[in-house]
Amino acid sequence: MRRRAPWWQQVGEETILLIGAVLMVMPFAWMVSTALKSPAEILQWPPSFVPENPSLANFAFVFDRAPFARWLLNSLILAVSSTLAILATSALAGYVLAKFTFPGRVPLFVVILATAIVPFEVYMIPLYLTSRDLGLINTMPGVILPFVVMSFGIFFVRQNVLASIPDELIEAGRIDGASESWIFLHVVMPLLAGPLSALGIFAFMQAWNQFVWPLLVANSKNLYTAEVGLALFQTGYTVDFGAVSAGSVISVLPILIVFLALRRRIIDGVALSGLKG
Amino acid sequence: MARLRIPGRTVRSRWAFAYLTLAPVVAIYLYLRIIPISQTFVMSFFEWNLIARRRPFIGLENYANLLRDQAFITALTNTTIIAFGIVALSVPGALFVANLLARPRRLSALYETAFFLPVVTSMVPATLAWKWILDAKLGPMNQLIGWFGVPPQAWLIRPELAIFSVILLSSWKVLGYNMIIFLVGMRNIPAMFYEAAEIDGASPVQRFRYITLPLIRPILLFVSVITVIQSYNVYTQVYVLASDAQGAPGHVVRVLVYDMIENGFRFFRMGYASAEAMVLLAIVLVLTAIQFGALRDQR
Repeated sequence: MRRRAPWWQQVGEETILLIGAVLMVMPFAWMVSTALKSPAEILQWPPSFVPENPSLANFAFVFDRAPFARWLLNSLILAVSSTLAILATSALAGYVLAKFTFPGRVPLFVVILATAIVPFEVYMIPLYLTSRDLGLINTMPGVILPFVVMSFGIFFVRQNVLASIPDELIEAGRIDGASESWIFLHVVMPLLAGPLSALGIFAFMQAWNQFVWPLLVANSKNLYTAEVGLALFQTGYTVDFGAVSAGSVISVLPILIVFLALRRRIIDGVALSGLKG
Repeated sequence: MARLRIPGRTVRSRWAFAYLTLAPVVAIYLYLRIIPISQTFVMSFFEWNLIARRRPFIGLENYANLLRDQAFITALTNTTIIAFGIVALSVPGALFVANLLARPRRLSALYETAFFLPVVTSMVPATLAWKWILDAKLGPMNQLIGWFGVPPQAWLIRPELAIFSVILLSSWKVLGYNMIIFLVGMRNIPAMFYEAAEIDGASPVQRFRYITLPLIRPILLFVSVITVIQSYNVYTQVYVLASDAQGAPGHVVRVLVYDMIENGFRFFRMGYASAEAMVLLAIVLVLTAIQFGALRDQR
């Protein structure tokens, strides 16, 4: 057993951690506080931290002046489509790469991993030209297009299959005369429910947070995601801090709710895999 | 003997399943990753203008022009300063916090959540929050430094301060991620090392210096390189922070991706922008090679 640290050291450490935690959360608090203030109070110096007369007027204003509900819906469509596509491609490819030996398996896996190193910004321009040729610019499928596969997802599923699904289980299915696709759907998939739900959370957050590509592809206001809409909204309406803060709170809320609900799972997922949130 | 060479029916049916399920994935990778990456490489050797009919091969001219392009040099310098600045702030910070959180505390979960919150927050609203905090006229940052007798600063207008602001907010955002990775490493260190050190009368600072630090060095390197790589793509922060009412972002802090997008999508010089993209790729590949080299040394 380790000896307990002296009381003054414990108090010191807790104080430092507490101050650090407060500083980390401060920008969120400031955002919420500004969103609840009246225009007059926002222009007040020195700034007040707790709003004197909190009101939801800024939130009403945002939905009134901009198609904010539409932007949130677009973000949701992007995130859900991307998540489903990534789960499907990762589960299939991860399983096959883990349990099947066939010519070309190793080079294929290496290529999938290698493309993960290349930043999206590097091939964004040709991808834009391809989307243009396909007539996908300024369409929802165009916004979703780059986010249907995730190299990390394939790698992650493959690791999980290798670690937790014994060959005997698959062999048993084959001896019973089950087809390969039946085995995948009824034997393998149920065993992957845990890892796939973790992957799903990450895919969802990753898609929700996309900015550069939707900014390039979505040209009409009705196609903006919450991220893009918010970034352009703040340039369109000059320094209306209250409205922009209200918009920020709204667009951050879905992700924060997901995070707080699944906190342990997300943090452990990052800890285990080194995956970028 | 011939039967051994020709795969049996069951093996062939397994191959069929493997190839059929992988076909769509391979097609997606070809179409959305491999071909576009190759195209960037090829286009960087052409005078590839979106609105010009003729797109002649010009060899390395785009690259040669980059070296003479003041905007590009500024962008590359700024991006490099930002990338290493983020490491300099967020890695020691994360290490410090992780060291405090390595042993269980009653409020561990609360602290972890607070430090991790910015990681999951999307960049645009996070940057907007900082934009108000750093506002020269009404922001609480100037109020805060005022308590220490420092006069108000134009955080987002003076170029050096704007770069510092980008570093500050990006470090705030990435610190929690780095902290979690450090925590994993620290919690894996056997307790007996610390017990032995304690018997020898080592102070907390000495325990950190002589036990924790050497044992998590591989993780320290991993986290630092990953942070630099991720930071070279910096764009959203700059776009949101520096955009003003006239909608002219990026003049205060020009970064690589901003310069690339401007050349490609405002001036339609896509060959030139592709050359810039290749520079970004080269930087990332060098950093990745350092990473792999260091990993190999450890084995």
